Amino acid sequence: MKKFIHEFLRGIIKENPTFVLVLGLCPTLAVSVSVINGIGMGIAASFVLLGSNIIISLIKKIVPGRIRIPCYIVVIATFVTITEMAMKAYSPPLNRALGIYVPLIVVNCIVLGRAEAYASKATVMNSLFDGLGMGVGFTLALILISAIREFLGAGKLLGFTLFKGFEPVFVLGMPSGALLVIGLLLGFFNVLKNRKV
Amino acid sequence: MDAAQFLTIFISAVFLYNVILSRFLGLCSFVAISKETKPALAMSLSVMFVTTMSSIITWLIYRFLLIPFGLTYLRTISFILVIATFVQFVEMVIRKISPPMYRFFGIYLPLITVNCAVLGVAVLNSDMFFIQGKAVPGSFVYSIFQGVCVGLGYTLAMLLMSGIRERLDLCHVPKAVKDFPLAFIIASIMSLSFLGFNGFRF
Repeated sequence: MKKFIHEFLRGIIKENPTFVLVLGLCPTLAVSVSVINGIGMGIAASFVLLGSNIIISLIKKIVPGRIRIPCYIVVIATFVTITEMAMKAYSPPLNRALGIYVPLIVVNCIVLGRAEAYASKATVMNSLFDGLGMGVGFTLALILISAIREFLGAGKLLGFTLFKGFEPVFVLGMPSGALLVIGLLLGFFNVLKNRKV
Repeated sequence: MDAAQFLTIFISAVFLYNVILSRFLGLCSFVAISKETKPALAMSLSVMFVTTMSSIITWLIYRFLLIPFGLTYLRTISFILVIATFVQFVEMVIRKISPPMYRFFGIYLPLITVNCAVLGVAVLNSDMFFIQGKAVPGSFVYSIFQGVCVGLGYTLAMLLMSGIRERLDLCHVPKAVKDFPLAFIIASIMSLSFLGFNGFRF
């Protein structure tokens, strides 16, 4: 059990997909305009990550080495299609807000990266917890970025106005704001990392 | 089909909604390969080629296979498979017919398979130029043109970025923001200046 907890926690801090591995940034930056979008994207990607990790670790013995990447992509794309259809059916506003970034989870480096680097070698249970941990780490990173952007860029949090008379910094809600926030956050985490060593 | 439409596609794909600086597609390769100009150019040209070709292929698949059989929900899975196969095929062809070209482009081609820009263009085309399951008149040409323009936008951002980073190599930079963080901050400033094409509304 302790081992599983270790697998789970690794994705959240030590190997956080966004801040440490610097993977899958396209959706992170594009959808982090508001916290709700961030959470939606995080959950969608986590589901895909979890499902594909489990299936890939199950089929790792029967897939020939040379065509493994196309096989992994088919598995991942299947889960993305499931997510897309579920989102269209149950939450059309979220689906509209996330737009083309939902189908683009297929080419999210985190999903394929974990499939190739971890799930294709590990046991099913380990992969399950790895996928879960990575998913939660990704979601937390998205929440952090989108909270900063929504608060400073629109003066709101989860859609509620926090302070009256707060003059929002519009630029942070725009694409350049996303790049700035992620650049500064990466620098900040670098400082923390260097200090520990 | 008229010239105004082409101009709109061109301006919006290259400047207003630049793939990298505004849509954030293909960001991984943008940060990873933009350290020097020559590899950046090779990567950009490969991306432009693949976005153009995949626009053609995915339009044909969407129009003649997915729509007639009511399979549009298989869009993601079929597009990515076709793009991956196509890229693999191009890599094999180039290796066979021109080894020098393979040395120039070869290593970037496999990366393009999982480049969001390529799948992004295909999905965008099928969103923009098909209305309620019907092709807009001239949509085939528009799709190809959008593929080329997105490639051009990618090339523009890549060249600007690699030029800046080459000069940056000579500067002293705080250790904490070296490489990735600084690249993002520069991209942010570039994106801000691209915002000027959009017009400011405050």
